[in-house]
Amino acid sequence: MMRLVMARLNPSLIVGGGLVLLVVLLALVSFVWTPHPPMKVLATQAYQRPNAEFWLGTDRFRRDVFTQIVLGSRTALFVGFVSVGVAALVGVPLGIFAAMSPTWLGHLVMRGNDIVLAFPALLLAIMFAALYGGSTQIAMVAIGIATVPSFARITRSGALGVLSTDFVMAARAAGRGPFAIATRHVLPNVVGLIIVQASVSFAIAILAEAALAYLGLGTPTGQPSWGRMLFEAQTTYRSAAYLVLIPGGAIALAVLGFNLLGDGLRDALDPKLARR
Amino acid sequence: MILQLLRRLGVLIASVAVSTVVVFGFMQVLPGNPARVALGVNASDAAVARMTEQYGLDRPLPVQYFEWIVGMLRLDPGIEYISKAPIGPQIGDRLLVTLWLVAAAMVLAVLIAVPVGTWMAMRHRHIDGVVLSGLSQVGVAVPAFLAGIVLISVFAVRLGWLPSGGWVVPASDPVGFVQRLILPSISLALVQGSVLARYVRSAVLDELHQDYLRTAQAKGLRPVQAVFRHTVRNAAVPVVTVLGLQLAGLLVGAVVIERVFVIPGLGSLLLDSVGQRELLTVQTVVMVLVVAVLVINFIVDALYVVIDPRLRVGGRA
Repeated sequence: MMRLVMARLNPSLIVGGGLVLLVVLLALVSFVWTPHPPMKVLATQAYQRPNAEFWLGTDRFRRDVFTQIVLGSRTALFVGFVSVGVAALVGVPLGIFAAMSPTWLGHLVMRGNDIVLAFPALLLAIMFAALYGGSTQIAMVAIGIATVPSFARITRSGALGVLSTDFVMAARAAGRGPFAIATRHVLPNVVGLIIVQASVSFAIAILAEAALAYLGLGTPTGQPSWGRMLFEAQTTYRSAAYLVLIPGGAIALAVLGFNLLGDGLRDALDPKLARR
Repeated sequence: MILQLLRRLGVLIASVAVSTVVVFGFMQVLPGNPARVALGVNASDAAVARMTEQYGLDRPLPVQYFEWIVGMLRLDPGIEYISKAPIGPQIGDRLLVTLWLVAAAMVLAVLIAVPVGTWMAMRHRHIDGVVLSGLSQVGVAVPAFLAGIVLISVFAVRLGWLPSGGWVVPASDPVGFVQRLILPSISLALVQGSVLARYVRSAVLDELHQDYLRTAQAKGLRPVQAVFRHTVRNAAVPVVTVLGLQLAGLLVGAVVIERVFVIPGLGSLLLDSVGQRELLTVQTVVMVLVVAVLVINFIVDALYVVIDPRLRVGGRA
């Protein structure tokens, strides 16, 4: 599949892949180096515009903005990985199960899926926050649960296509059990769909985390998060617009990256669309 | 067709029923004593006991569940735990505000998306089409609340053209009402409009290679005329489905936007209730929003059956 992707490089894939790579590198580098020690009060003056010492300026707590952006990329990626991982681990088997089980059972699973689909990530997270207070973990679980239906749906429709092929019929005739068919034949053939869905879901997860942190229901104070930075800059955006534009730009670039990557992968993996 | 619609109505009712159990279950079963949660960890045992007694929180859960359901059906889901205000009228007032916001945003989003999306499709091999397409990707990536903050700082603070937030009732001050509606609905519409424009683009692209379009051009219509007269109608079918999903997205987006613009809608009620631990209010508002999403999905499904005759016989798999 990697070779297929490399052979069908398209602009979305290159730009999206580049942006995602940038965010990932930023997060990795943050483990060994940050522009300034993390989350510390350093500057002598709050609200410094971007300058030579503080590349992206300082916030009202006199902390370095660039350092927070670098550390915030970790939070964004972590939330994305965990929530998309949870959603895929539940949604993909569920989708294959729904495709392979008898019609009535498959329909029942998908109806249940539709009900979960009526609970958007943000609503679920707000509900959880009302009970347990806001935290990054709660946000990840809520976003993960809300993302399960999209994985189940896309996997089921892909699996239904694979199940109607001759090679699956041949495998059945040869006496392969349902589990072997699911793992050996169905899964490898829907992996492309799942990867595309994961990339798009990643973008949605980053947006949801940012919105939650902005509402004060996600990542708590003291932990770096782009949404949290927007929340803190909210009262002062009249005098210090850069405190809004910098974390906002970071969110937008990361989301743009994952969306474009998803689009590019879809074009690369689906020859029908690529011709256009 | 009637049978199809009835079956879908049945599914809707079943889904609503299941989701009430889910919401109730989450709010009541998981956290232990709801009175303790509502009053906070520092509350005295006597206060917790008084509240448990007053709201009947120690009765069996099925009894409480049915009381809540019957209350909602009578548009009176109960009284807030702490402020003692009745929940029903609050939700009614707030829902109206949110609906204004969502409706305005939806209209704006369609007004942006249909021409822009069609343009992007027709010019998809030209530089302007590609640039627009790239811009729409950026629009999708910008969170609505960020757009809101930026719009406020430009049009309310720098230029002073419009108020930065708040709300007035349309009957008492129509001009002020429209002024306060503009910025929040644009913030929502920019994002949703970008998403929608991308769907319009691909729907129109799908139709552009159809034979009927060549026929239309052969009989002398200019490309733009041909596309607007024939393609837009055909492309509308997939777009209607997305519109439904968008409406659901707008309802949730409004929760955040109401916070940015200090608008007293359903979202502000929800977030305030979370802050004040008014769990019954949270539970009811969440339920209202979930039912709204389910009903929207049902309407989209029903419209599908009405618009597209091919779906009437077997229904979708």
